[in-house]
This record gives sequence, structure tokens and C-alpha cells, in this order.
Amino acid sequence: MEQVLLNFPFVAAVLLMGIALYIIVFKRNLIKLVMGVAILSSAINLFLVSLGYRVGGVAPIYTDVPEGPMVLPVPQALTLTNIVIGVAVLALMLTLVVHIYRHTGDIDAEKSRILKG
Amino acid sequence: MDFLTTHAPALIVALPLLAAFAIPLVSRAGHSARSIFSLAVLGATASLVAILAVDVYSTGIRVYTFGATLPEMALPAGYTVPVRIMFQVDGMSMFMGIVITTVALAAMLYSLQFLKGQSGQPRFYSLMMLLYVGMMGLAFTGDMFNMFVFLELASIAGTGLAAYRTGMADAVEGGFKYIVISAVSALMVLFAIGLLYSQYNVLSIAALAHYMEYSMLDMMALGLLAGAFVMKLAGVPLHMWAPDTYTVAPAGTTPMILAASYTSMYALYRVTFTLYGGHIDTAAIGWIVIIVGVLSMFIGVMMAVHQTDIKRMMAYHAISQGGYMLLGVGVGLAVLADPVALASYGRDAINGGVFHIINHVFYKALLFMTAEAIFFRIGTRDTNKMGGLARNMKWTTLFYGIGALAISGIPPFNGFASKLLIYQTVLNFSPVLSAIAMFVSLVTLASFAKVFYAAFTGPEMPAYREVREVPRSMLIGMGILAACVVFFGLFPGLIVDTIVAPATEALINQTGYIDAVMGAVP
Repeated sequence: MEQVLLNFPFVAAVLLMGIALYIIVFKRNLIKLVMGVAILSSAINLFLVSLGYRVGGVAPIYTDVPEGPMVLPVPQALTLTNIVIGVAVLALMLTLVVHIYRHTGDIDAEKSRILKG
Repeated sequence: MDFLTTHAPALIVALPLLAAFAIPLVSRAGHSARSIFSLAVLGATASLVAILAVDVYSTGIRVYTFGATLPEMALPAGYTVPVRIMFQVDGMSMFMGIVITTVALAAMLYSLQFLKGQSGQPRFYSLMMLLYVGMMGLAFTGDMFNMFVFLELASIAGTGLAAYRTGMADAVEGGFKYIVISAVSALMVLFAIGLLYSQYNVLSIAALAHYMEYSMLDMMALGLLAGAFVMKLAGVPLHMWAPDTYTVAPAGTTPMILAASYTSMYALYRVTFTLYGGHIDTAAIGWIVIIVGVLSMFIGVMMAVHQTDIKRMMAYHAISQGGYMLLGVGVGLAVLADPVALASYGRDAINGGVFHIINHVFYKALLFMTAEAIFFRIGTRDTNKMGGLARNMKWTTLFYGIGALAISGIPPFNGFASKLLIYQTVLNFSPVLSAIAMFVSLVTLASFAKVFYAAFTGPEMPAYREVREVPRSMLIGMGILAACVVFFGLFPGLIVDTIVAPATEALINQTGYIDAVMGAVP
């Protein structure tokens, strides 16, 4: 039973990735597309954090280490970096969507499309 | 001098990174101050690249560990795993470094006058520097997570540059497509890094390759990494973004974004040769690379023929030429496990594929710049509206001619040298593939000749009677590239021996890369 519970975050992460990829591929609304990328980013953050989790572990911030396991610090560092990068990417994407809306008056991927062929 | 040689790998990335954030400040002192500052920083970085190149080519692979007592100390005393972030510069990294630096210099020179009078210039130069840092970091890094960070850095800066002309609706659209594919592929890379880390608890490429067991999870990671990098290098069938993004980016930056695509190609080679080398079925993976290459070659050129937008046509040709590189290296990868075939033609096939990267970046950058020079003067990219431009734009015509002949593989230009190497070696492997490659070259020639007649020859058009040649800095930028194209075409043996062969050797020699870090571990 505990094994199932421990694997639960991974299942959730993979489900979120599936949802995100579905949104990115099939949704035509550009804001929804940006949301898809945001969900994908969060799913991977969840995956990374659950990688480093140890049952009953302490936070990896001690020099004088208490007894017992310690949560892995590296995946947390990776997650933190990805959160920061993710914010930058999402902000940039939303800026571009605003520009697209100003130019074409639409945020539907098909209707606002100019470049073809 | 010793200090510079020792710390060159870090300085090459640190110097432009600091400059990127200093440029908005320097811009307050005026336009020329900013131009001189940007060029000076890039020039200093280029000389550091030269110093490092001499060192790498004479003494072999260089490891630079950040935060260690000595930069060469990959493993802290008493450790058997690398825990610090490190740069690992071997022949292949150095080759990419040379390509990127030359293109960046030419692009910067070209942009100086191209942008005159436009708003937002400080940010433009900052983004150029950041894109340069992202590419150099990606080429030099020996750490998977670092690779992800630099990939994202290059993507964000590249998007900013592609969508630089936000006043144009198509520019914004091209930039948006670029950031979407970049974000998705970078997250795929991060997921793969998580999968690798979960098994081996290290992030260094050399250490991962050392411990690699090729489990089910590793296969998934390989699939994710390969898919992500093929998407970023615009290989068919994941090429949809490339024509849009290349078309709309301002001229100085299109070559930079092109170089960024080939940096992703470098990452693909690094993953397949170094990280997974010795474990994967190289014949099968090699064939996959070959198939992606042939598809890119063929579909790219077929889509290019009927384009009327000059830059869009060139963008499709860029996809097509990328196919040649994948074909050459794919053949080498397919025979990697067979020492006889590798020695007789496999090594030369990789040489051809790698050599084509530098050749293609040079002549395609030149072609994009001539296209944008036309756009700069007459304000349209539609070939149907051009005509008789050779009368007033002599230098641009000459440069276009050189680029067009080089891309079609006509001697004595550089495209011929690398394409010949690819034809010859692929002929040994499979004559059909070689025939396809030659056919694609023919169609390329036809397509460029068509545009040449449409745009440059013909009667003088009244609307363009007053058109003048582009300003001098743009001509110098194009001139540097044209000189490289001719020089590389005249002395291909010299170039192959000095910079291409070490790159090929670095790709094949997986143990050398691993031992540079893990050599001391029993």
C-alpha cells in the first residue's frame, strides 16, 4: 500500500503531462496553449520534487545532520531553477499573445495566422 | 597569458553575459559608444576563443570545474563522483565555438547600420549577447542540467530577436512559434534529465556515460532528448516552425538563430555519440538519423521551390541543407560499431557532415543577409515584385551569387567541398542515398537561379531607379562571410585537417570524454 502511495506523485505527473500535451497540440486558443505549457512545466516540477523525496526525510539545510534520511537537495535546486525559467518563458509567451491580439484582433491560432505555405 | 588560457572557458561565457547587462547602461552614452562596446566585447571573446582553440587542438580535451581549487580538478579530493558544475571543451565543442563566434561577429557588424534609427536597440544588442552566451554555453558544458539552462537562455533570447520587429504582425507570430517549440522541447529535455538523475544521481555527461546501463528509463530519456533536439534543429517532420521564424527575424539575427539550431544539432550528437555511445544499437539509431536527414533534404527543397518570399525560400533550403549534415553523421553513426567500414568511409562521412555545418552556416548567413539587404532597400521580400536590382546593388548581387553557387555545391565554393565528401562516402554506404543528395543539390541550384533572375537581372524597374547599395557595415558583415565561403572552398583540406577532423575524433572517442572526468576513478 505504501508503495502505491509513494508512486502516486509520479502517476499524477505523467497524467498532467498528458493533459498538457493534449492542450498544446489540439487547442486553438493561444491563451490555452500558454496554459498547456504552464501545466507541462508544473508537471515536470512535480516529477522532479517527488524524485528527491525520502519518507521521513529532513530538509537538506543542516550542517549538523540529524538522524535519519535526508531529502535529496539536487532535484530541489533543479525545480527552483525551472520555476524561475518557467516564469520568464510564460511572461514572454503572454507578451507575444498580447501583441498577436493587437495586430489581428484574435487569439485563435487559425484565424490569427498570417504565415502559411 | 597563462591566466587567460586557464580560465578561457569560463571567461568566454562570463564576458558577454556581463556585457549583455551592461549594454543598456552603456547605451546612455550614445549609439556609437554602444556599437564600439559591443564589438569590443565580442572581439575580446573571439580572441579568447582563439586562445582556447590553440590550446584544445594542441593538448586535447579541457575540463574547467567551477568552484574547484584548481579548474582541472574534476573530482573533489576523496570523491569518486563529480559534484561540481563543469565545462568540458573537446574538438567538437571547439568547432561549434568557432562557428558561433564567427557568425556572431558578422551578424553584429551587419546589424550596426541595419538597425540605425530603430527603437529598442539597447535591448537588441543585449539579446544578441545573451543568445551568443546561450549557444557557447550549450557547446561547452559538460553537465546535463547546465545544458538545459543554456538551451532555455538561447531560446528566450532567440525569441526576443525573432519577434524584435513587434510592429509587424508576422514577426510576432514567428517569435511565438519559436518560443512554443523551444519551451516544449526544453521541458522534454528536463524530463529526460530527471529520468537520468533518478537512476545515477549525477548530472555530469561524462559520469552519466560512465555509469550508463541502458535500462528502460534510459531508452525513454534517449527518445525524449532526441525528439527535443530534432524539433529544435528543424528536422522534418518537426520543422514547421523554422520557415516562419527564420523569415521574420531581422537579418542580423537570422544567422544567429540558424546557428542556435545547429547548436541543438551538436547537442543531439553529444547525446547519441558520447552519452549513449557503446550502449545503443548504433546501426538502428544511425538509420533513424539518416531517414530524418533524407526527409529533411527532400521535403525541404521541394517546399522551397515554389516560394515567392525570398527569405522563406531560404529558410526551407536551410531545412534541406540540415538534412545533408544529418545524412553524413548518420552514415558515420550507422557504421560506428564496424571498425573496417568506419576507417574506410565512416570517419569521412562524419567529417563531411560536420564540415557542412560550418559551410552551411556561412553561406546561408550570407544569403539571409543579402535577402534582408534587398528588404532594407525596397521594403518587400516578394520575388515577384523585384527586378533589375543588379544595376544598383552590385555588391549584394555578387554576394548573393557566391552564396547561391556555394549552396548548390558548385566548385570552387565551400558547399562543394563538404557535399563532395558526403556524396563520396555515402556512395560506399548506399548509392541510392547519394543519388538523392545529388538530386536535391540540382533542385537547389534551380531554385536559387530562378530567384537570381527574378530579383537581380532584367530591365530596370522605375520604382527601384533610386535604390542604392546598402551601408558599409552591412557590406563588411557580408564580406567577412563571403571571404570565408571562398577561402573554405579553396582550401578544404586545410580546414578539414585543422578543425573538422578533431571534431570527428572527439565524437568517436567516447572514452576520451569520459576519462577526462572519471579517469581517476577505479
